[in-house]
Amino acid sequence: MIRRLASLPVVLFCVVTITFFLIRLSPGGPFDSERKLPPGIEKQLLAKYKLDGPILGQYTGYLKDLIHGDLRLSTKYRNRSVNEIMAQTLPVTLTLGATALLIAVTTGVWLGAFAAARPGTPAEGGALAMTLLAISLPSFVLGPLLILIFAIKLAWLPVGGWGSPLQLILPAVTLAIPYAAVIARLLHDSLRETLAEDFVRTARAKGLSERAVVYRHALRVAILPMISYLGPLAANLLTGSIVVETIFHIPGAGGFFVNSILNRDGFLLGGVVIVYCVLLVIFNLLVDLSYRLLDRRIQET
Amino acid sequence: MILSLPRSARLPAIVLCGMILAVLVGPLLFPHSFALPGTETYAAPSTTHICGTDLNGRDLLLRILEGGRISLLVGICGAGISLIIGTSYGLIAGSSSRGVDNSMMRFVDILYSVPRLIFILIFINAFNERLQLAASSQGWDWLVGSSRLVILILSLGIIEWLTMARIVRGQTLTLRERSYVAAARVLGEGYWTILWRHLLPNLAGIILVYLTLAIPSVIIDEAFLSFLGLGVQAPQSSWGSLLAEGASSINPLKGAWWMILFPSLALLTTLLALYSIGDALRRSISAK
Repeated sequence: MIRRLASLPVVLFCVVTITFFLIRLSPGGPFDSERKLPPGIEKQLLAKYKLDGPILGQYTGYLKDLIHGDLRLSTKYRNRSVNEIMAQTLPVTLTLGATALLIAVTTGVWLGAFAAARPGTPAEGGALAMTLLAISLPSFVLGPLLILIFAIKLAWLPVGGWGSPLQLILPAVTLAIPYAAVIARLLHDSLRETLAEDFVRTARAKGLSERAVVYRHALRVAILPMISYLGPLAANLLTGSIVVETIFHIPGAGGFFVNSILNRDGFLLGGVVIVYCVLLVIFNLLVDLSYRLLDRRIQET
Repeated sequence: MILSLPRSARLPAIVLCGMILAVLVGPLLFPHSFALPGTETYAAPSTTHICGTDLNGRDLLLRILEGGRISLLVGICGAGISLIIGTSYGLIAGSSSRGVDNSMMRFVDILYSVPRLIFILIFINAFNERLQLAASSQGWDWLVGSSRLVILILSLGIIEWLTMARIVRGQTLTLRERSYVAAARVLGEGYWTILWRHLLPNLAGIILVYLTLAIPSVIIDEAFLSFLGLGVQAPQSSWGSLLAEGASSINPLKGAWWMILFPSLALLTTLLALYSIGDALRRSISAK
């Protein structure tokens, strides 16, 4: 565990370094797209945004600022700091992501257990076919289709935007469905394996109902692989939310991410990537910790 | 070949072959005028334009078939690259000493939990112009027009290998304990010979299964990037960029539903066919 904690700064350092050099070494500066600036003004601009001097100096300067929690200024949204932008947009993205995570886990676990408890029946086959269909429905397919059906044809839910709980439903469901299917398949497979084990036979022999065997005994063990999938899942949800925010016009960090690439807005881009990675690394650490707490069989190595 | 597939994979395999054939041959069957901007903008599906027309009056079905060429090309090539990287990585990790194996797989774990697609986005946009400049200074005309496509394929191959590496490594760990591998070692065969002659052939089955599962993942990733306008760019189009156009052309005022429905169906059918084949193959292998 301590080794895991120690690897945290290493991972973050790599992330920051790779991001910085990818952005700074790409041709073209942030002010190229506008009309030609007089050399004096351009120099001043570069100095203001700390983009002058040798690249290594810029890099160490950036690292220093980051350690002090300063993500610097955006070169496109003048006079707004990246910290400000992130403080405004991150809560939106996190609300969306957390809701989707909740939906994905609950639906996935329920569906996986439902299928695994009915081996060899049409119900199992149907549930598995459904998950295969759902995995083939990435958010940029599902989102517009759901808008078409629920927002335009039926007019039950708003087309997009942010603020009311109703506006959260479609985007969160869009984001969650493919991953709910992945979880369902994962849980189904591990539950089938667990149900063949000895302690399950003992539980059955004690005369427990099938329901109690599956949900109270086997599920507790079978859920472990799903917990270790939570880390990659969170990464996928954060990436996926970029598309979902675009589809539903949600003012989250994802939209700023896309724009910052198009505008060569280096520090905003770096800010989004770094904040995402910090969040994910911390989340992974928590997942690891809960995994160890849940599974006493895993010994510290 | 279809007959040797497990029963549940046959229908998806036929669907997939049909899709590949349609994408390759289909665009040749259309009259030339269908590809050009016309006066009928956003025409609803009719007998002339089965899937309707787009913003510029081009036939949507033709565009879907042409977009399919790009999507499938990226999917197959990207998955091929990921196969090469993933298999070598997994083989080396699984056949190395415990320490090397542990740190190699720890690296895979870290990559799993980092938003890889986001880095690739930055990577593509950082290197596309460089590649274009290099290509035009070298006089490689073919590369100038499709540099973005090439870099897209490369980068998607670079991020999709993780699952393959894990599976191959796990399989290698069990294979290396088999007696024939021990026998080869006793006979004095070298490390690389054992990898190449004894381990790799026995991994071929599982590698093929995960290749069928990697292709749809790469197609999804490509569509993701193109949907955001950061992948394939005009005049080329893929299913992802068609979907992006579709998503921007539906709203309560103008309901050009065909712009979203038909590209979705094309993508969905292909992904479903590939995932079903992969899933059926995986089951038949683990049953053995």
